[in-house]
Amino acid sequence: MPSKSLVEIRDLNFAYDKRPVLEGINMDFPRGKLIAIMGLSGCGKTTLLRHIGGALKPTKGYVKVDGQIIHELDQSGLYAMRRKMGMLFQFGALFTDMSVYDNVAFQMREHTDLPEELIHDLVLMKLHAVGLRGTHSLMPSELSGGMARRVALARTVALDPMLIMYDEPFAGLDPISLTVVGDLIRRLNNALGATSVVVTHDVQESLKIVDYVYFMANGVIVAEGTPDEIRSSERDFVRQFVHGEMDGPVPFHYPGGDYRQDLALGV
Amino acid sequence: MPVAKNLRSIGRRVVSAVWRVGLATRFFLLTLAYSGTSFRRFHLTIKELFSTGVMSLIIIIVAGLFVGMVLGLQGYETLKRYGSESALGVMVALGLVRELGPVVAALLFASRAGSAMTAEIGLMKATEQITAMEMMAVNPIARIVAPRFWAGVISMPLLAAMFSAVGVFGGYFVGVIQIGVDEGSFWSQMQAAVDFREDILNGVIKSFVFGTVVTVIALFEGYDAPPTAEGVSGATTRTVVTSSLAILMLDFILTAIMFRGN
Repeated sequence: MPSKSLVEIRDLNFAYDKRPVLEGINMDFPRGKLIAIMGLSGCGKTTLLRHIGGALKPTKGYVKVDGQIIHELDQSGLYAMRRKMGMLFQFGALFTDMSVYDNVAFQMREHTDLPEELIHDLVLMKLHAVGLRGTHSLMPSELSGGMARRVALARTVALDPMLIMYDEPFAGLDPISLTVVGDLIRRLNNALGATSVVVTHDVQESLKIVDYVYFMANGVIVAEGTPDEIRSSERDFVRQFVHGEMDGPVPFHYPGGDYRQDLALGV
Repeated sequence: MPVAKNLRSIGRRVVSAVWRVGLATRFFLLTLAYSGTSFRRFHLTIKELFSTGVMSLIIIIVAGLFVGMVLGLQGYETLKRYGSESALGVMVALGLVRELGPVVAALLFASRAGSAMTAEIGLMKATEQITAMEMMAVNPIARIVAPRFWAGVISMPLLAAMFSAVGVFGGYFVGVIQIGVDEGSFWSQMQAAVDFREDILNGVIKSFVFGTVVTVIALFEGYDAPPTAEGVSGATTRTVVTSSLAILMLDFILTAIMFRGN
């Protein structure tokens, strides 16, 4: 029987050279749920995603996806696992030398022997799901930022992955595109029966759509809970983050020397 | 100590240069190892042949024509002193087939197609397209690098041949049509003196080597570029500089091996 959690992260540690980036991370992503990982820029969120995708090896601990420890897989095992995953990159990462159609068809052509007529229908269905069927003949450079993100989303779910990862899907979007992308993430998760993880610092948009939230700071989990628990949390860091307050546990000033001395007013 | 500091900095540069040569060699071997896709799905290579080879044709043809015309003019001026204007065809053809064809075509190829390859792959990396491909379980060396590599290797000798052929016509135009060298002796002496194995084949071997080296440098620089605007622009410059120097150095080595001053 498959375990309840699609992804299990246990005591995950990672360091670049000797600088620790992740320390003792424990997380569970239950099947079918939409999880958010939030935190300030540079807190290790993207590094965590890279571990789930197998792009980085932990210095200690492990990430288990669908019962398999990711960093113990060989290249063919890892590639087989990645076919069951989808990842949406921050700015879409569409292949700029291919049309929208070819971008969405890319994985179908690479990994399946489906006839071109069937690929045609599948591509149009995926594009229809993100509301952009009419753009199939355009090149990525002809799309707006929000449209590119939606096409990338169609490409991400091209092979109906069981795990979808989103790296800052809301960055740089206008309010309408933001709502559209947020709504699509929720709907696609439900429609595909997938498990999704959203790495973001857009608090309001993500609290509307996710089932569970992990807060990270300086490589450790500082808080976790359902969106309601997070909204009503009294913890200083969570409050500062959720309400966007200027000062708090995360100081406004970057650490520096004595101000008076810097201005040559000191002794 | 400034002396020690300078020595250390020179040492670091040398070590880093040796590292880069090693990394580029590893990259080259990986490209060869993952070349299966380029041949199994040859349409991928054909697409790249169009953008590297066909798109370089105009500059190669125009440059070849002018180089041939200059050779005709200069050759005539020199040969006239010795009363051997009839050998103009030989001079133009040998100069082009042995040296100028492969070398100048490769230099133009490096600056036209090589720089474009570096910039394209560097930007693909900067915009996470390469990481995205890896996350889709598709090997980017097999899918992006190898087809471009084979396109470069295949198109370089063809471009050099085109350069030489057009250059010979440039020499003919200036020498025979403009100046009035005897047409019969222009062609017949050329035919008699240019040897297929010694001259033409050696020229083809040269351009094959140059094509391989330029394409590997261009692809490696792009793949290795830091994913920033300065990173990509620096890599593009390095492609043109390194491959131009490599072409000229290799040309000397290959000429020394092939012709040995005979």
